[in-house]
Amino acid sequence: MRVVALLVPSVAYLLAMFVFPFAYGVLLSLRPKGGGVSLANYVAFFLDPWQARTIWVTASIAVPNTLLTVLLALIVAYAMRRGIWLERTITTALVLPIALGTVLVAEGINGFYGPKGWLTQVLLALGLAEPTRLTHNYTGVMLALFLQHFPFCFLMLLGYISGIDPALEASARVLGAGPWAVFRRVMWPLIAPGVAIAGALVFVMNFGVFPSAVLVGQPAGATRTIAIAAYQEAFEHYDMPMASAIAVVMGVCQLAGLAVILFLRRRMAGTGVATMGAGKR
Amino acid sequence: MITSLAFRLTKRFGAKVVLDDLTLEVRGREFVTVLGPSGCGKSTALNLLAGLIPPTRGEIRLDGVRIDGLPPERRGFGMVFQNYALFPHLTVGANVAFGLVLRSRGKAEIAERVRRMLELVRLTGFADRYPGQLSGGQQQRVAIARALAVEPRVLLLDEPLSNLDTKLRLEMRGEIKRLHADLGLTSIYVTHDQAEALSLSDRVVVLCDGRVIQAGTPAEIHDRPQTVFVADFMGYRNFFPLTVASEEGDTVLARGEALALRGRTVVPLRPGDAAVAAVRPEDVETTTEPPGPNVVRGTVRLTEYLGREHGVEVALEGGPTLTVSLAHPVAVGSALALRLPPERVVILPAEGDAR
Repeated sequence: MRVVALLVPSVAYLLAMFVFPFAYGVLLSLRPKGGGVSLANYVAFFLDPWQARTIWVTASIAVPNTLLTVLLALIVAYAMRRGIWLERTITTALVLPIALGTVLVAEGINGFYGPKGWLTQVLLALGLAEPTRLTHNYTGVMLALFLQHFPFCFLMLLGYISGIDPALEASARVLGAGPWAVFRRVMWPLIAPGVAIAGALVFVMNFGVFPSAVLVGQPAGATRTIAIAAYQEAFEHYDMPMASAIAVVMGVCQLAGLAVILFLRRRMAGTGVATMGAGKR
Repeated sequence: MITSLAFRLTKRFGAKVVLDDLTLEVRGREFVTVLGPSGCGKSTALNLLAGLIPPTRGEIRLDGVRIDGLPPERRGFGMVFQNYALFPHLTVGANVAFGLVLRSRGKAEIAERVRRMLELVRLTGFADRYPGQLSGGQQQRVAIARALAVEPRVLLLDEPLSNLDTKLRLEMRGEIKRLHADLGLTSIYVTHDQAEALSLSDRVVVLCDGRVIQAGTPAEIHDRPQTVFVADFMGYRNFFPLTVASEEGDTVLARGEALALRGRTVVPLRPGDAAVAAVRPEDVETTTEPPGPNVVRGTVRLTEYLGREHGVEVALEGGPTLTVSLAHPVAVGSALALRLPPERVVILPAEGDAR
């Protein structure tokens, strides 16, 4: 009885905050505006190339961006694993974008990388570059997402990597492993679970991209992501069931991405005990 | 098989001198222990030898060839760590094979060598387990097997027994000694445990604040400490500040307000020098002799039952306390006459920094 009573708060929270809205959304998506219960919304979404295309558009932003973010965060965090000069300052600078919020970062990108931005002006003044468009297109969204998600990913990986006992690396070195062999044979298997989790979270956040896609992207074309499609159905066409259907499609895509990442992690790490060295000082 | 590993190393971290010109030549098949309290620089010395941190100044020569420019992976050493440092994602067999795989040995050769190494450390049949499934003692044996598998030119051991309980520590101590002798290894062992240093080593180097205080055979260090610091480390529990009254060869008579002791000197002393007399508790004996030099009287203040003997704290007439170890129990408050045999008393120079 007591065990059941202790479960009540968490179950209530899950029901109210997660299960109910989710179930409500799914049910809503099955009741198209025209009436009845059917898959009409989903059929309409996939049959309309302008709508269905958003999956591809979103994936073409989310997947490369996730790979890039995780890779760079991994390189920087790995290089900083034994502490570096000015570590606190550098970490603070890297992490600052988290505190600024999406809109401010997007404005900053416009001001710096935009057509009249500092970067373009400096490059033009130095005669180093033809003016290339870096904002209000695919590149702009990539930049914005990278700036937002890199710090988060970096912090996660730094925590993960610096939790690995330095003696493991030392003993591998003495046994004959050069820096690359240390990474490949010792560090990577121990870091991989952390990389998978960081990658999964970044991917999910990337796939849901909305403000950046509007503010520094091209929301009517190249960066019309699935979140924008859902928003337009909900608040421009006031078709909540259709918007829900699109949201469900988005959720399924995100889950599919997670499944791929977890599958890869299982194959790469090889064994289930890979996490044992992490967090052990 | 190497014939000599000679090094002279200085290491500074910022302004702090961690190792001050540590100079040593280790001969092939020798077992040398670096003994010292925590923070004395002994682990730093080992890390410098392994190449894991760069020296501030100095050189390392292996059979006359400088190796201090080589990265750790090209020195061909073996190292055993206090916390075992086994790779948690690899099986015991893969841990032991690690160095061999990096040396691109053949599959059959690796399998055979792993089997032999595990047999050597008495872990036959454990090859498929993971380190997390082993006890501390077993993990340290795997670590030793892993270091030995590559036939290291020098084996470095960094407090390998500190994480083990007492019984296991004694057992592993014997094991390490056996492996060293059987395999003809050249070993450098770092510890803060004097019993390990004495039982394992051909030579002991006592380190304090990055400097060598004394070096010699275990018997020399144990019986003829040159400083109060070394004596303290070697189990001399009683220290009495005295003044040298007369000297005669390597024995001197030293006096204080409450005490006059005749004892051996290791470092020459002259009359008038400030000195410290050091005595081990187990060297003090009860006596019926009349009071005089080396015979003292006192009252038992505290007794401790230690199993084979009784630890007794005696308040001497005139103030100082003497800790002795007696074969028979005595009652608290009873009077005792004790003799400090002159051949067992060491008279050391008093030091400014008294360590």
